[in-house]
Amino acid sequence: MIVLNLLAHIGRLFLGFLGASGRLAIFAGRAVSHVFRPPFFPLITLQQMISIGYFSLPVVGLTTLFTGMALALQIFEGTARFNAEGAVAQVVAIGMARELAPVLGGLMVAGRVGAAMAAEIGTMRVTEQIDALTTLSTNPFKYLIAPRLIAGTLMLPFLVLVGDIIGIFGGFVISVNLLHFNAATYVKNTVDFLENVDIISGLVKAGVFGFIVTLMGCYHGFRSRGGAEGVGAATTNAVVTASILILTANLIITRLFFSN
Amino acid sequence: MAESPKISLRGVHKSFGPKHVLSGIDLDVGRGESVVIIGGSGTGKSVMLKCILGILSPDQGKIAIDGVESVGAGSAERDRFMRKFGMLFQSAALFDSLRVWENVAFGLIQGKGMARAEAREIALKKLAQVGLTTEVAELRPAELSGGMQKRVGLARAIATDPEIIFFDEPTTGLDPIMADVINDLIVSSVKDLGATALSITHDIASARKIADRIAMIHDGRIIWDGPVAQLDDSGNPYVDQFINGRADGPIKMQVLRP
Repeated sequence: MIVLNLLAHIGRLFLGFLGASGRLAIFAGRAVSHVFRPPFFPLITLQQMISIGYFSLPVVGLTTLFTGMALALQIFEGTARFNAEGAVAQVVAIGMARELAPVLGGLMVAGRVGAAMAAEIGTMRVTEQIDALTTLSTNPFKYLIAPRLIAGTLMLPFLVLVGDIIGIFGGFVISVNLLHFNAATYVKNTVDFLENVDIISGLVKAGVFGFIVTLMGCYHGFRSRGGAEGVGAATTNAVVTASILILTANLIITRLFFSN
Repeated sequence: MAESPKISLRGVHKSFGPKHVLSGIDLDVGRGESVVIIGGSGTGKSVMLKCILGILSPDQGKIAIDGVESVGAGSAERDRFMRKFGMLFQSAALFDSLRVWENVAFGLIQGKGMARAEAREIALKKLAQVGLTTEVAELRPAELSGGMQKRVGLARAIATDPEIIFFDEPTTGLDPIMADVINDLIVSSVKDLGATALSITHDIASARKIADRIAMIHDGRIIWDGPVAQLDDSGNPYVDQFINGRADGPIKMQVLRP
């Protein structure tokens, strides 16, 4: 009996998961289709690009700066065990560009932008503002969701590119000032070692993560029900699901880029 | 052939899971007529309205606007219906990120593609019609009182000169004097536009004032429908209980709000 109950419970969870995946896929398909069909809202898209891109710069900048610094210290100490301290510049550059700037940037933006988006759209939902849009002959998918998806997908690569530079600079500052590397050699090592694919793979990741963050913010906000509590739950769900999807997508994209 | 009614509902059913909210609504609203649906909380008034608007889709039955079937309409057709509609929401549902005049002009700018300056002129005129000044037009909705928000909502609903206007509990949450002001504004703006109006409310004073005809909804069905003058001698015990606000009567398990 206990086994049966347990199986029923697992089955219910699995069915719930399938249902949620299906709903999300339908929502995503609908949202993306509206990105490419007029009318477009360039002004709102621009506003969203500024709010996602420009106003996330401090968060992403600080995150990557400190990560780059800590990374340089760790790599120096770690590689000293087999006399390879010289590799600090290369490891910091590759680590930031390929992995740390996109993933940490994506997670920070999920916390900052995804949560705010879910709260804003969720409040619009529970105060009937989304229904009001419909009655004013304005499709909420075009007016609310498409501009955010475009802005997220375009602006996260920009943030990550800035993050790459700041992160590598953080590693440089620590290496030169604390670990007594030669500044010119450090820069030369970084520039010579980095390949296009290191940067590009990070930017592709960033684009995907930006889409994930804004999609989750819009999806959970759009589906929120029942006042303040519902909006709170939507905000949490947006950040949690976006974070998990970012980490999953990161593995998949890494595998696609660097499988051989 | 007789002119088709502006709005026509036939056997409209809607359930949420096991809960049957609408169980066969039949209703006709004629051109230029003002019909008020009364009924307690949770009797399906709002759901009916959302079905007509196309925000919800009914499980069964037909809804026609100007004789054209609207259930299952494509997005282009749905767009055409929406252009005929104006709606005042219970909570006013103003866009809090936009200024008052931008709220009123929203349907003109986004829906009809009008230039901002021209839309602003019309918005200010509509705001004046509901007794709001140019200074108010520059404020944000959060800076306004509930009664003022309702008036802005009304101005927004009539801004595009719609043929059909829906009012969802227009007086709920307002003091009696402000409620009467809103009722007067509804009557005058509907008359000015020559529009058809469909309202839902549980405020009987409001219903008497704005209705040509009243219909009462109970348990997902229209149980009485007649001219406003006959409301007091409807001969229907449900209607009598509701309009007199009595706890005892055929309607059980309902907590009536004042």
